[in-house]
Amino acid sequence: MSGELSGVAEVVDHLTRGTLSCVEVTTHFLQRIDAHNAHLNALVDVDTERALASAQQADQLRAKGSAPPLAGVPIVHKALFCVKDRPTTCASRMLETFSSPFDATVVAKLERAGMVMLGTANMDEFAMGSSNENSVHGPARNPWDTARVTGGSSGGSAAAVAAGLAPVATGTDTGGSIRQPAALCGVTGIKPTYGRVSRFGMIAFASSLDQAGVLATSARDAAVVLQTMCGADPADATSVDRAVPDFASELNGSVKGLRIGVVEDYFDDRLDPEIAASVRTALDALVEAGARLVPVSLPSVAAAVPAYYVVSSAECSSNLSRFDGVRYGRRCENPADLDDLYTRSRAEGFGAEVQRRILAGTYVLSAGYYDAYYLKAQRVRRRIANELADVLRDVDVLAGPTAPETAFAVGEKADDPVAMYLSDIYTVSASLAGLPAISAPCRPSRGLPVGVQFVGRPFDESTLLRTVHALQCVTDWHQQRPAGF
Amino acid sequence: MGFSTDDVMRVARLARLSVADEDVEQVAADLQKIVRFMDELSAVDTEGVAPMAHPLGELEAALRADVPDAGIDRDRLQRDAPDAVDGFYRVPRVVE
Repeated sequence: MSGELSGVAEVVDHLTRGTLSCVEVTTHFLQRIDAHNAHLNALVDVDTERALASAQQADQLRAKGSAPPLAGVPIVHKALFCVKDRPTTCASRMLETFSSPFDATVVAKLERAGMVMLGTANMDEFAMGSSNENSVHGPARNPWDTARVTGGSSGGSAAAVAAGLAPVATGTDTGGSIRQPAALCGVTGIKPTYGRVSRFGMIAFASSLDQAGVLATSARDAAVVLQTMCGADPADATSVDRAVPDFASELNGSVKGLRIGVVEDYFDDRLDPEIAASVRTALDALVEAGARLVPVSLPSVAAAVPAYYVVSSAECSSNLSRFDGVRYGRRCENPADLDDLYTRSRAEGFGAEVQRRILAGTYVLSAGYYDAYYLKAQRVRRRIANELADVLRDVDVLAGPTAPETAFAVGEKADDPVAMYLSDIYTVSASLAGLPAISAPCRPSRGLPVGVQFVGRPFDESTLLRTVHALQCVTDWHQQRPAGF
Repeated sequence: MGFSTDDVMRVARLARLSVADEDVEQVAADLQKIVRFMDELSAVDTEGVAPMAHPLGELEAALRADVPDAGIDRDRLQRDAPDAVDGFYRVPRVVE
């Protein structure tokens, strides 16, 4: 058993035909974690006992014929989702000893659907980073070349799925944290519309941007798991009460008549020409399948990254003020007074990048700078959202690259925070506008995965999944696996 | 505009973060780079554009009825607190 058990669909197929039990499937993935995780550092907590117990339960349900479709399918959760009575570190020294008193809504929903949690996945600390190097657990490694980064911040989730340590994983995306690692590790990653999935129990980074999603080996797999995560939640006032379509049933393999807007602004000299060619090859495959390409332009998109870093850092500085060394998390030794307790606990608990974001965020919100930075960024945000809404009136989806380059070497960008920020150049616009977006593998470049990104209208995840599914019906890039895994 | 070490100390004070003396120069240099990058925003014409705080349309009144529920057990909640005693959080003396 190896490659044929890599995705959700294959696992479900075995379980429904009875050729494998849930315990056997779970054991298979636990053994793969055992064999490979030491090289990849993709998972940071593995709960064998809990996994086997839920697999046993799923087997009993299946024997009775009363099991939900995903019962017995293993999954890993990004270490940012609260899991009751298990470590939820957010890859931070601040939360090294924290175990959550409750389950995140996403975790609870997937558990109710019978999914088997194998453990939690590595990430950039508090989801701040584009390489998974900002982690108290150390960097996750890209299965295509373990000297290279996974991308981030959902790097452990992407690496786990790419290497077949789990058939599917949850992630979160604030400015590209699902899509960029999906691109760099060669998997399919979807960030749904802001409000589609409850954020309750997701440790907050930037509340107007954070959204949960899925990393999987295909659009079909992503569709069935995302389905289970969506829906309004009384515990999250920003979750939206809207009918959730049956994503999987809409995957008919057809893109006949689909109008794809190609964002020409993205194909400039900042984009690796091989990636540009690879993305265009994928779009040509869709044209052959009946789609039509329409060149479009987003004039303000150049300002998306600075706008994103102002808004997200401001919200980060506010959200992370809750870590005060009093109620949970790290406290410094022998504080002289309350102020010393706050300032030293926070300096010891947060890593360098998180501290930079808190400081930058505090700066843009401080008296005298608020209008020039924070308010200005919010106005730019509106302009970008308006431009996206305008072009999405004439086309059904937008297309472009997911990331400007393939996976870079561990350590390569460690000294230049702004160079790292530019990894998000193509992903942050959809985040600012709250639009759904998906990244899917296209033709690799020099042996490393490349991602093509599609952005959709609000709450139209269906068209994104349908587009990528159609692509995956006529190409096999999503089926390519890293050697040695 | 330069981001001085004084700026670092001012912002660090607001953020309740202590910055070690030997790190101040580096932090100032990093923030200088970040702020210069953020300055690219000034090139965008936003005359008459209203600020956008979140991507939802009209926020619906998503308030629940003001009825207490069970919530999370206090002892469980405080189990992982650095220093909780008898339902209280203990901190250094703040009132003499």
